[in-house]
Amino acid sequence: MNTHLATWISPHPQGIYVKPADAWIDPSLPKPVALVTHGHADHARAGHGKVLATPETLAIMRHRFGPQPGAQALAYGETITIGDVSVRFVPAGHVLGSAQIVLDYAGERVVVSGDYKRRPDSTCQPFEPVACDVFITEATFGLPVFRHPDAALEIAKVLAALALEPERTMLIGAYALGKSQRLIQLLRAAGYHKPIYLHGALVPLVALYEQLGVPMGDVRPAAGEKPDVFRGHIVMAPPSALNDRWSRRMLDPVTAIASGWMQVRQRAKQRNVELPLVISDHADWDELTQTITDIKPQEVWVTHGREEALIHWCALRQIKARALSLLGRNDDEEA
Amino acid sequence: MRAFAALLDRLLYTRSRNAKLALIAQYLLLTPDPDRGWALAALTSELDLPAVQPLIIRTMMAERVDPVLFDLSYDYVGDLAETCALLWPEPEIVKRTEQPLLSDVVVRLASLTRADAPKVMATLLDNLDASARWACLKLATGGLRIGVSARLAKTAVAQAFSLNLDDIEEVWHGLQPPYAELFDWAEKRADKPSLELLPAFRPFMLAQPLEAGDTLSPEDYLAEWKWDGIRVQVVRNAEHVRVFSRTGDDISASFPDVSAAMTIDGVVDGELLVRDTTGDPASFNKLQQRLGRKRVTAKDLAEYPAFVRLYDILLDGKEDVRALPLLERKQRLNTFAVGLPAERFDVSPVLDGDSFEAWERLRADARDLAQEGLMLKRKDSAYVGGRKAGLWYKWKRDPLLADCVLMYAQRGHGKRSSFYSDFTFGAWSTDGTLLPVGKAYFGFTDAELKWLDSWVRNHTVSTFGPVREVEKALVLEVAFDAVQSSARHKSGIAMRFPRIARIRNDKPANEADTVATLQGFIAKAAA
Repeated sequence: MNTHLATWISPHPQGIYVKPADAWIDPSLPKPVALVTHGHADHARAGHGKVLATPETLAIMRHRFGPQPGAQALAYGETITIGDVSVRFVPAGHVLGSAQIVLDYAGERVVVSGDYKRRPDSTCQPFEPVACDVFITEATFGLPVFRHPDAALEIAKVLAALALEPERTMLIGAYALGKSQRLIQLLRAAGYHKPIYLHGALVPLVALYEQLGVPMGDVRPAAGEKPDVFRGHIVMAPPSALNDRWSRRMLDPVTAIASGWMQVRQRAKQRNVELPLVISDHADWDELTQTITDIKPQEVWVTHGREEALIHWCALRQIKARALSLLGRNDDEEA
Repeated sequence: MRAFAALLDRLLYTRSRNAKLALIAQYLLLTPDPDRGWALAALTSELDLPAVQPLIIRTMMAERVDPVLFDLSYDYVGDLAETCALLWPEPEIVKRTEQPLLSDVVVRLASLTRADAPKVMATLLDNLDASARWACLKLATGGLRIGVSARLAKTAVAQAFSLNLDDIEEVWHGLQPPYAELFDWAEKRADKPSLELLPAFRPFMLAQPLEAGDTLSPEDYLAEWKWDGIRVQVVRNAEHVRVFSRTGDDISASFPDVSAAMTIDGVVDGELLVRDTTGDPASFNKLQQRLGRKRVTAKDLAEYPAFVRLYDILLDGKEDVRALPLLERKQRLNTFAVGLPAERFDVSPVLDGDSFEAWERLRADARDLAQEGLMLKRKDSAYVGGRKAGLWYKWKRDPLLADCVLMYAQRGHGKRSSFYSDFTFGAWSTDGTLLPVGKAYFGFTDAELKWLDSWVRNHTVSTFGPVREVEKALVLEVAFDAVQSSARHKSGIAMRFPRIARIRNDKPANEADTVATLQGFIAKAAA
């Protein structure tokens, strides 16, 4: 009785296996053929035989892991056939190059969302809903308490705090790939054109975005500057560096983190944040549920996150849903 | 309301004490009466808004949000007010031209009946944004939990208006929110409020823990037991009697037996305890049956009769004796206590011995259920509020230890809402099964908590709502102050003040302690 559609796709702890293509989606272990949704470390790994991804994702992987001999670029909208499965990448709106994977086989269509969001993001192509039989979705923020505010309002908080205490350093924790570039663009869009100083982990990825056509304005490495220079300025670092030795040289910093997790006060407090910024590259609860409403799949499979609530929401609407429990999905840092 | 919500938000995220003081002081200086007074009442936990019970709020949410989604959200967020503030459906048409003032909100909530509460709360919440909703719900349900103690808030008053903190503490219990008299005095429009006819609270003198490196000359100090009850101050002035807890809360209503027995004007300091059937001080467990009861029954009074074991005297009649040396105050206290009913008041004895060795022996033997350790007090010390270095020391007995096996874990609340931080552990019974013997929430470092949290996640065998049952494989060294027999627990025992001392990765679970071993601690204590 508990049969599902798309029996040609099987979830495993280390990834999603597409049997007729003999290919894995975002596998966490090396596989002969891998389809990669986007460049974050918990989705893109080194060591696969063949890698299929968007040109931007491949550029990010090259930056992270060096040359990818088995790489094959597939631009948004192009279709390729592997085995008897037709494969197409569609923008997911998560980070630069991020894709949903549309799989057609034996009259069934499966869409793997990867990580996605539907809020405006000038650093990447917007999410496109694709009607399908099975929608394999993320659920990082799969609880109704997660409702991301307009990112421009959060940016206004940063600028107000800078104006209020110009002698302090505005130290913002933001994930190195995607979040920090988006923040820079949001700041520029809000009329902030002063130099933005970057932790070493951010420098190459910011440069890569510029190469791929996303302008960043005046950005400078923080390394080598005297701490006084940062007063009244924005310094960006990966969240993990905020409570580490690196940040100790910042003079009287206002510590901010940009993440969807900042919605929950105690969670922000846990991270010793003084200025929580609710800016996320993932879909919030309304986006997750709206997307399912939009594309009307017969079944929803949930890869990772707070899946119970989303599955319950589906059940209330007579949509068949299941949890896949993939391993190694780290939703903490980059959300 | 917006300014108050912003204050709470900023206080929550501010770590430094000085920065918190500055924020509160700035708010008090910039906010007009009566709003600032109500805010101060909220910060000092003096607001009593009984109509809005958490149950009412949960019922209101149940009418608006699917119950399963609510429970999952609450379990994740860990705070009822915040969960509801985030889940509250935004009204379709937002007409928040003017947000209500804090004083409007407080006055409305204070005059509310339970029957009206849901409707009035709903209207309020509709008119507030998410952050103000959180503040409003925090106010209504009590307990702000923003890392601000009543004392810190009063310190901010002192700082804002250049007053003396001890002066504020003294007048505090004669004042009512929204504290017009206080601000009139603070802004020099009126004199200091009079205490003449009020049973006012005086700041407690506190002890610092005795550390290994402390060098005291034993001849300068006297030793007395540190009793394991709650520290109280009993005040009588012009027929009015109050029993104050260490935090300055008025707990007179819970202890009418003690209040009625304070028959002489004065202020004394002592330990509130209850007697067991033999007339000796009973364990803290028994005292807990009386704590926090707003209505005390005749049965409670008979079963757990309360009394105060006196340490010190602050006012002898109308005479303030706080500046006298301790030895002289002890004499005054002895004389004072003679006039009080002996079954309700006795004097804590000064212990024999004048060397650390003698005291060490007493302390090591202190396994009487009601003794927590020793106090060492300078013989010439005046009674000064707060914790002053070098005057009084507390010297707790060493904890007892047992190796127990982790059985269940639950996510914490508040700051730990995403961590499994409440641990239930067990000891082996004679038939080879594990029986829960206690629950601990602290004792571990942040790094250990992280480790425990991930261990729990990776070794879960089943989940019941927010509780995870784990593989019976991890040994925890648990420190505790005493073991009491308990009919409520299957193991027959209850630990006093258990905390995680160490994670014993090195020890296999089958070598953990047995329930019988733990029962042995009860026997020792009673002997």
